Amino acid sequence: MADQKASTLIEAVESGLAAQGYIASRQIATAVYLSQQIEKPILVEGPAGVGKTELAKAIAAWRGMKMIRLQCYEGLDEAKALYEWKYAKQLLYTQILKDKLGEVLGGAQTLHAALDQLHDFGDVFFSKEFVEPRPLLQALEQPGGCVLLIDEIDKSDAEFESLLLEILSDFQVTIPELGTVSAITPPTVILTSNSERDLGDALKRRCLHLHIGFPEQRLEERIVESRVPGISQTLRRQMVGFIHEIRSLDLKKLPSVSETIDWARVLVLLQASELDTDIVKDTLNVLLKYEADIEAAAPQVTTFIAKAARSNVFG
Amino acid sequence: MRENLHRFFRAARGAGVHVSPAESIDAMRAVAQVGMSDRAVLRDALLLTLAKSQDEKLALGDCFDLFFSQPEPRQDQPEADNNDAPQDADQPPFSGAPGDAGKGRPPEGLGPLAQMLLSQDRNAIAAAIAGASGAASLSDIRYSTQRGIFSSRILEAMGLQRLRDDLDGLTATNPALAERLRAALDALRETVRDTVSQGLALYAREEAENLRNEILRNAPLARIERRHIAEMRALIRQIARRLRERYSKPRKRQRRGHLDVRRTLRRNAAWGGVPFLTAWKRKHRDRPKIVALCDVSGSVAQVSDFFLLLIHSLHEVVDDVRSFAFSSHLIEVSDILESKSPEEAMSEIMSKVGFGSSDYGSSLVDFEKEFMSTLTPQTTVIVLGDARSNNLDPRADILRRISDRSKRLVWLNPEGRLAWGFGDSEMPRYATFCSVVRQCATAQQLERAVSDIVATYQ
Repeated sequence: MADQKASTLIEAVESGLAAQGYIASRQIATAVYLSQQIEKPILVEGPAGVGKTELAKAIAAWRGMKMIRLQCYEGLDEAKALYEWKYAKQLLYTQILKDKLGEVLGGAQTLHAALDQLHDFGDVFFSKEFVEPRPLLQALEQPGGCVLLIDEIDKSDAEFESLLLEILSDFQVTIPELGTVSAITPPTVILTSNSERDLGDALKRRCLHLHIGFPEQRLEERIVESRVPGISQTLRRQMVGFIHEIRSLDLKKLPSVSETIDWARVLVLLQASELDTDIVKDTLNVLLKYEADIEAAAPQVTTFIAKAARSNVFG
Repeated sequence: MRENLHRFFRAARGAGVHVSPAESIDAMRAVAQVGMSDRAVLRDALLLTLAKSQDEKLALGDCFDLFFSQPEPRQDQPEADNNDAPQDADQPPFSGAPGDAGKGRPPEGLGPLAQMLLSQDRNAIAAAIAGASGAASLSDIRYSTQRGIFSSRILEAMGLQRLRDDLDGLTATNPALAERLRAALDALRETVRDTVSQGLALYAREEAENLRNEILRNAPLARIERRHIAEMRALIRQIARRLRERYSKPRKRQRRGHLDVRRTLRRNAAWGGVPFLTAWKRKHRDRPKIVALCDVSGSVAQVSDFFLLLIHSLHEVVDDVRSFAFSSHLIEVSDILESKSPEEAMSEIMSKVGFGSSDYGSSLVDFEKEFMSTLTPQTTVIVLGDARSNNLDPRADILRRISDRSKRLVWLNPEGRLAWGFGDSEMPRYATFCSVVRQCATAQQLERAVSDIVATYQ
């Protein structure tokens, strides 16, 4: 019985994401379902532009939760990712409270007594009011839970990974002056990586590992359908077929889903009804981002269009 | 279910997927959520929790398909036996009249295995095999030579003894039925053998690979059999990767040295010399610079082959490597190693200078003439060779000058210490100018030697 329930629940995830315009493969839906059930972050890897970041946005929109995004870059550190003390505010308050402090300490006869009295105030200036929460801490403090997107983790330094470990496994952070802050509701964490460098095993171990590659032809057609509603079915098939042919070439940067969608928009704008050599050659720069790639692909355009059209007849 | 998953984890480890206990717990929890009935979902769930890279996903996917292509062992064997009766009805008749006689009313007094075989209930037989392989702990199989013993253990566990007794009894009373039973037994033996082979493919890989690698690691490089060369290459590549992982990460913190008093005072002049801002000296760390001289003459060609391969793969750790190869004369091979694939580079180097008779003296002269300027006080020079110079002038004086110019001079000799100095070996004479001389005959020694060299630059 439990098995039956699981597959319907996974389908529910699929349709929920689809309602937000994100057409997920079964594997993606399973990952999202599992991450929710066993409270694990998802590490999404794959080439640029296959919808890794979109996935997080779609989950947030579907569940009606806030999305908190942490964009990683080289040199990102604790103060920018986790929390920071509001130094200026601390300074200002000490200035304002100077007189007050004088009053409080006025009664003390000796230095020792003054110190004791001061101790009674505890760490007034190192309390929650003076903490400036950065994305990671913000995510833990959301009462209704949230989607935390840690984008392009491979761009950050290796030390930053270690900083994340506590959050990823226990959903808590430790601030030396305040103690441990645990999540009110564990956030859904999505990490994305373009595999620019290998991530540490410790980080990988704490995550579900999802690899999103280029989608199959059918799936990509559905994605285009949901993102660019104005496009005709024939053109959609032809263009997706064409892009699949392009991906078989040895290029510097293969066109991914985001390029497919851009190209579909361009074709709709140009009011093309079907692919022909001229229009493809004119718009090839939407698909391919390197001059060398365009040069390599240009001679093949006619053959690819023919191939795409032929597969269209049978498909 | 848990039993099954544990065996799958073991199989996955054999397939080269690193499954830590924590990951296996995750996988268990995931499976508890999605259940085992939908195979595609189960596959996705295991792939998500266990495999942590694209390569691992591929390996694990194959492993999953192999693992679940065999029937799932069922623990509830008695139940499977009870199921026999209702399933009898939809089994097609086995063959002609004797089959009919046997069907419907299984002969009285036969053991459960005989009845199962006669009723041709495939599901029950498969379940019984799986149950018996569990009892015989098939997942402990390690070597192909164990196939026989595991097959007979499984058959034993299924009740072969009882079946033999039945056969003996039937041969006297009902020869036709006995014949059928015998045929069924042969088929059963075959199935069990297949099951064991599959088990071997699943579970033994890890152990067998570890064992082979261990042997290879300690085998003398010069005497490796031809069929092991590809594996050895893979092993060397692994070593290179390990070295790269260990040494390519920049270590930041150690670089801060003592307080730089002069700069601190100057920087804080505005505050009357009260040191608000501190300035620190930075420890100077040498950039690794390696010059490798590799003997590729006939006697040590195979070892130097591996050594060049290691240098080739080490380019990512050490920016500045220059490699030279020599037998009777010396050429620079850095460009060849950098621009070509390892195999192409090896064959090109060998065709240029390889397999000659070695002349250390003239090779050192070549080096001094053209490349002496590449040596700086930061350079580590590695020489790989047996120092057998065919009784020609060894020119140890050049080696002394090389040693003077460089930070260290390391000599790696594939021959054992005992052989040094005997015959035409010039090792003792060269050794006086080397910072380190070590024997380097196996992959393990090679790894240690290179690791030590790189570590001095950390």
